[in-house]
Amino acid sequence: MRRFSLSAWIWIVLAAVYFLIPLLATLLFSIKDKQTGNCCSLSAYGFILHDPVFWSRIRLSFELALETIVITLLLLVPTIYWVHLRLPRLRAVISFLALVPFVVPPIILVGGLLNFYRGSPQWFYAKPFGFLAAAYVILAFPYVFFSLDAGFRAIDVHTLTEASLNLGASWRTTLARVILPNIKVAALSGAFLTLAIVMGEYTIAALSAFKTFPVYIENVNETQAYPAAALTLLSFGITWAAMGSILLVGRRGGATRVQLGGGGR
Amino acid sequence: MPHVELQELRRSFGDFEALKGINVTLDKGEFLSLLGPSGCGKTTALRLVAGFDRPTSGRVVVDGKDISNVPPNRRDMGMVFQAYSLFPNMTAEKNVEFGLKVRKQSRDDRQKRVAELLELVGLSHAVKRYPHQLSGGMQQRVALARSLAIEPKVLLLDEPLSALDAKVRVQLREEIRRIQLELGITTIYVTHDQEEALSISDRVAVMYGGRIEQVGTPSEMYGSPATPFVAEFIGTMNRLTSTVADEASVEYAGAKVRVDAAKGHPRGERVMLLVRPETVEVEPAAAGAVPEGVLAGSVVSRTFLGSVTRVRLDTGAGEMTADVPTARSGALAIGVRVHARFPADSPRLLSLPDDVDAASLAQDLDDQ
Amino acid sequence: MATDVAAVGELRPGTRPGRRRLPLAWLVVVPFFAYTLLFLFLPAGEVLVGAFKGAHGGATLSNLSDVIHNPNLRDDYKTSIEVSLVTAGLGALFGVLIAYAAIREGTPRWIRSALTTFSGVAANFGGIPLAFAFISTLGVLGIVTVFLQNQLHYSLYQHGFTIYGKTGVEVVYLYFQIPLMILVIAPAIDGLRREWREATSNLGASSFQYWRYVGLPVLLPSIISTLILLFGNSFAAYATAYGLTTGQSVHLVPITIGFDISGNVVSNPHEAQALAFGMFVVLAVMMLIYIPVQRRASRWAK
Repeated sequence: MRRFSLSAWIWIVLAAVYFLIPLLATLLFSIKDKQTGNCCSLSAYGFILHDPVFWSRIRLSFELALETIVITLLLLVPTIYWVHLRLPRLRAVISFLALVPFVVPPIILVGGLLNFYRGSPQWFYAKPFGFLAAAYVILAFPYVFFSLDAGFRAIDVHTLTEASLNLGASWRTTLARVILPNIKVAALSGAFLTLAIVMGEYTIAALSAFKTFPVYIENVNETQAYPAAALTLLSFGITWAAMGSILLVGRRGGATRVQLGGGGR
Repeated sequence: MPHVELQELRRSFGDFEALKGINVTLDKGEFLSLLGPSGCGKTTALRLVAGFDRPTSGRVVVDGKDISNVPPNRRDMGMVFQAYSLFPNMTAEKNVEFGLKVRKQSRDDRQKRVAELLELVGLSHAVKRYPHQLSGGMQQRVALARSLAIEPKVLLLDEPLSALDAKVRVQLREEIRRIQLELGITTIYVTHDQEEALSISDRVAVMYGGRIEQVGTPSEMYGSPATPFVAEFIGTMNRLTSTVADEASVEYAGAKVRVDAAKGHPRGERVMLLVRPETVEVEPAAAGAVPEGVLAGSVVSRTFLGSVTRVRLDTGAGEMTADVPTARSGALAIGVRVHARFPADSPRLLSLPDDVDAASLAQDLDDQ
Repeated sequence: MATDVAAVGELRPGTRPGRRRLPLAWLVVVPFFAYTLLFLFLPAGEVLVGAFKGAHGGATLSNLSDVIHNPNLRDDYKTSIEVSLVTAGLGALFGVLIAYAAIREGTPRWIRSALTTFSGVAANFGGIPLAFAFISTLGVLGIVTVFLQNQLHYSLYQHGFTIYGKTGVEVVYLYFQIPLMILVIAPAIDGLRREWREATSNLGASSFQYWRYVGLPVLLPSIISTLILLFGNSFAAYATAYGLTTGQSVHLVPITIGFDISGNVVSNPHEAQALAFGMFVVLAVMMLIYIPVQRRASRWAK
């Protein structure tokens, strides 16, 4: 079993080829000179970085991500805490709910949301920070739930709560100073995952005609090849940074679990 | 001719020498335990015999044939692992059947043999259960049945009882021995529990730091330990640092105690006396001067152990343990002044080289 | 448990004696459920119900029958199912083989870490950027295409290959399907205890027999449940396929729904809903199979 296995190495090499070559190709594309069509120029990157639309879009998506993270955590943390503490039977229900977004994927959800909220006030329907963020919370919640649920399961919620209350703390204090610090890793993992999801989500944004960063990437794709390559790498880099942050946070907090997410497929 | 021989087995992992050349032989049907603390190399040795690892040098010989190059699936040995070795996707029955299936035995033969073995280990009522439905003890019984099903020449057990509850452990080790005797199968048993090893083995090999310190029958190991480590590892032992006086006696705690083993040692030599607690007699101090060859001290603690009470005394030169029959321990309350003595032939004597500090040797032994 | 809960409740300040505790306990979780109702169930419900609504508001099955009788739409489903089966099957197969190759004892540890880390990223990296990455690679002017043309005088596109169609979609989807499989199966492979391998060997079995009787059977529930997950993942995907083709040359259900929603094609809005209903049925069936299989998989993980 400690022997060298040729077939194992073949698979590893094939995997490396398949996964790395597209990234390499994109890199090569992105440094092509606009004039000569060949190596080597950073003009594509320059084009992007000097485009004010780029900055406004990426900023919008980032702010959307933050908003989504805040709302999701605000909704889920007390709920999951309470379920673990007082309503254990509900946990099965919520676990089941977390599977529903897989049966109602973005392409279906977007149609439903557009129809259902057509008559709603403009400050919600027409603004990304309203309609779109609301949808993103739904997209993110299963992953944040899995993460938080695992975090809560890893600590003894009952004992911690009872000890805190016994020492005279209020519920708010207990939640803020006893429970939250202990699920920090899970919450942060969920947050970074949400970041990756929102920064990459295209379907709902495009079909609802919101101008987010992924929508911008597609626009550039259709018009400028080399800058598009630069954007693709940037997008990959953002995902990498988000996932890497999860690993870092996890390593410092103890558990290292790689997260499965749903980046704008 | 010996059945199984380990000849100069060595195993190194990079710079670390896990086995430093061990030699041991087993006769047919013999039950040998490899006993030692974790890290002593006993499991490494067993895995070399099983074929899961190759020795850096040395040979494993069975029935006169060198099997060092035979792959593990052709060695015809049965192995019982410490835990988790049952196949989770198969019932107890199917687990036991596995080796026979691989040997392409007919279904009827297989079923007969499986039923036989599960009855032998007392699990006929649980044949259709899956491993996760069985207790730890039951799982190990299935594991034993599984390894015996193929009628191996040699049975190897790697700390099979370590993961079980104390009571189950005692029960199961008796059964393992009973089955082994019934089948007459040569067995190597690895454990760190000296009580386990002493109670069921024909012979015991104590290992430490990759070497075999001593091999012998249980009573030999207990009564005549050859090295400080063995003496300490097997049973409880008093270690009294003393100086040789004259005429087969030593000086300890201000008394001159007769010790047969001191004969022939130069006067003034620093030695360590190894005295078994059960040979120490303790009684409340009588009035008057301390008699010749008797140690004076006071009771520091007492621990009820059932038929025996363990009494610790402070003799001024250190502490000493005496195991006193509980029925006669009533007067030995904490703080009571006592006299202690042991027979002259009871202690073993170990020379202490000058540079070996008794305290640090004791510390080493304690760290085990 | 019940006494713990009661005790905790007792310690809560401000509780009037005799006050029923139950409703208050549920109050905390109401916002969450209300949210999912408002933004998930009601909108989704409207789509599904809308599939059965006629143009004038009455209940009807005509939307569904229109879909079934429309050869283009039937083609959409056929293609979607095909693509999903292919990418799920190959994703599972390659995922297992690659994961095992990286985890087995003979492979240096860093390869396994690198693979798991990369898989974590790749499983989340999809949609438009992924599509473009592959266009950069295997598109008409892609680096690899050009390389094959210039160095090996092999013209991919003249031999019928295209990244902008069904095969291309399959090739690209594998980029997130395989990593997903790797992420799920790696812990399961870890769970294959070394003792099982050694025990089979000790009992006389060959490597093949180990896999056949112990290894694969233990992995099978995880593999099957992930296969189902991969199928659903592929079936529901929109952005990647759109990025590859802007919806032109590939007929997938999500793409068609996308057209209907964005009004690119003037058609009965209920067609989109009927299509969505069909998707929902497929995905729901998947989920119904997934849940019990998944439970079985975790049973043996003890």
